[in-house]
Amino acid sequence: MRNLSIGSLLIRPEAGAFLGMVFVFVFFAVFGGSTFTSFSGAASWLNVAANLGIIAIPIGFLMIAGELDLSIGAMVPAASMSMGIISGYYGLPILVGVGLTMLFAATFGWINGIIVVRTEVPSLIVTMGTLFSIAGLTLFLSIFLTDTTAVALNAPAWAKAVFGDFYFGSYQIIILWWLGMTAIYVYFLHFSPWGNWLYAMGGDKVSARNAGIPTNKLTIGMFMLSSLSAAFVGICQTILFNSAQVSSGMSFIFNTIISVVIGGVILTGGFGSVIGIFFGTITFAMVNQGIYFTDFDRNLSSLIVGIMLLIAVLMNNTFRQMALTHTSPKKKK
Amino acid sequence: MSKNIKSNRKPVLELRNVNKSFGPIDVLHDISLKVHKGEVLCLLGDNGAGKSTLIKTLCGVHKPTSGTILMDGEEVNFPNPRSAADKGISTVHQFGGTFPLMSIGRSFFVGVEPTKNFGPIKIFDRKKANEIAVKAVQDFGITRIDDGDRLIGGLSGGERQSLAIARAVHFGARVLILDEPTAALGVKQASHVLRIVNEAKKRGLAVIFITHQVMHAMAVGDHFAVLIRGGIAADFKKGERSREEITDLMAGGETMADLEAEIQASIDE
Repeated sequence: MRNLSIGSLLIRPEAGAFLGMVFVFVFFAVFGGSTFTSFSGAASWLNVAANLGIIAIPIGFLMIAGELDLSIGAMVPAASMSMGIISGYYGLPILVGVGLTMLFAATFGWINGIIVVRTEVPSLIVTMGTLFSIAGLTLFLSIFLTDTTAVALNAPAWAKAVFGDFYFGSYQIIILWWLGMTAIYVYFLHFSPWGNWLYAMGGDKVSARNAGIPTNKLTIGMFMLSSLSAAFVGICQTILFNSAQVSSGMSFIFNTIISVVIGGVILTGGFGSVIGIFFGTITFAMVNQGIYFTDFDRNLSSLIVGIMLLIAVLMNNTFRQMALTHTSPKKKK
Repeated sequence: MSKNIKSNRKPVLELRNVNKSFGPIDVLHDISLKVHKGEVLCLLGDNGAGKSTLIKTLCGVHKPTSGTILMDGEEVNFPNPRSAADKGISTVHQFGGTFPLMSIGRSFFVGVEPTKNFGPIKIFDRKKANEIAVKAVQDFGITRIDDGDRLIGGLSGGERQSLAIARAVHFGARVLILDEPTAALGVKQASHVLRIVNEAKKRGLAVIFITHQVMHAMAVGDHFAVLIRGGIAADFKKGERSREEITDLMAGGETMADLEAEIQASIDE
């Protein structure tokens, strides 16, 4: 049934993201010289992509379902500090730190979800509120409990091996987590029935609810997932760098949204793919890191990201339009 | 109005003296309606007459403040839309396929996805979904839809409505509530939809067709009820009233005839 003509490949949500990724790769391979594509050079952008990608896909899910979560920007440092304080400052076992931090994150995501579902205030506003709340709470508790804004954590070897270590010189272990989670998310969104529910919610929440989809539960679940993912990245970073700081992670807010949009998801929901977000994240990471391999002025980095985002959006719009008007080639009878 | 119901069959869906108020505002007063198997009941009413509230009451979104809803002669309660759907009441809204960026196959099975097992893992059976969806809609005479991977947004308004109706019938709807299915359509597209309404009726569904377009109602209706300010202003069978009479009723008086006469006069000049 599925034909593999160029046309039917181009209408897939990830088509634009893939072309963008290839273009950016070639661009920096040419201007960045051989270090960009070298084994150790690739690690620099793959590490960034992995840390970003783990959060970007759940954010993408929320966006497909028509929601947004800004609070991850505060969740990353909050989880980082929680980990540092529990397992570093108080010296409790790593697993206790991970467990409690994930519990906080799940609760926090649940609160986000409950507020969005109950009040029907746009999630952009709700999570902006919780973003600042959790950031303030993190700072307050850090000073209150430890008198500092940064704590050290010396994780045992096994924990470093699992959550935060470098392999082959400069590859972070989190890349493996990212690939594994991406595979699970591909199954969830594209092959399981739940993925269909998410698309339906993003397409029309009322109709989805009337069709018997538990939209509230799913929304709350998605907020919990994004919160947990942000916490996971925070935990991995703390273990990797042996320390936690109060202020790190705000850049995740925009970077995840940019990756998701480059990946072909539309802000109004109902359309997108995990592989698209995966490509979008790599594309963003390549641009973000690639400039350091070139002779360009570093200060241009944001300009390039901005222009790339606009191009990506326009390209995705074009592809989506093609998808809407696409009909399979008429079979001759 | 029982004089209009000739047979002793029990109506599939019946409302008896249903009232609905939101706080102090009464939206529906004393609504009594019946619809039988293989019959099209047209609910006519101008904007604000209470049509939407009535639909929402029928499909379980609102609970009536007082009065009873009966299915096959037995009293029923719908705590939520799902329970109404489980009893076979299916509503198709004005814009039909409501998930413009989903494929035909996927949207057809929203909430009831067919799955196949791949080892211990459940997988959405895309091929099966597409085949069933395309067949269901082609059975209704829309042969232009032949690819289940096409996105809903790429279909015409009439095709979307047809798909939505085919979907409802496929999932065992006994009562089909069509909310202004032809309002946003051109003449040709609307006639497509009307044909499908007829087809649904032939298959023995009870159809409640909500519209403010009298012509469309008269083309398929067996029984008509005019809703004005939340109450049933008239209830009659096919052929008992002319188009002009119905239009006047909907507008709430004789003003429409005057208006038409005025317009006619200005054209004749």
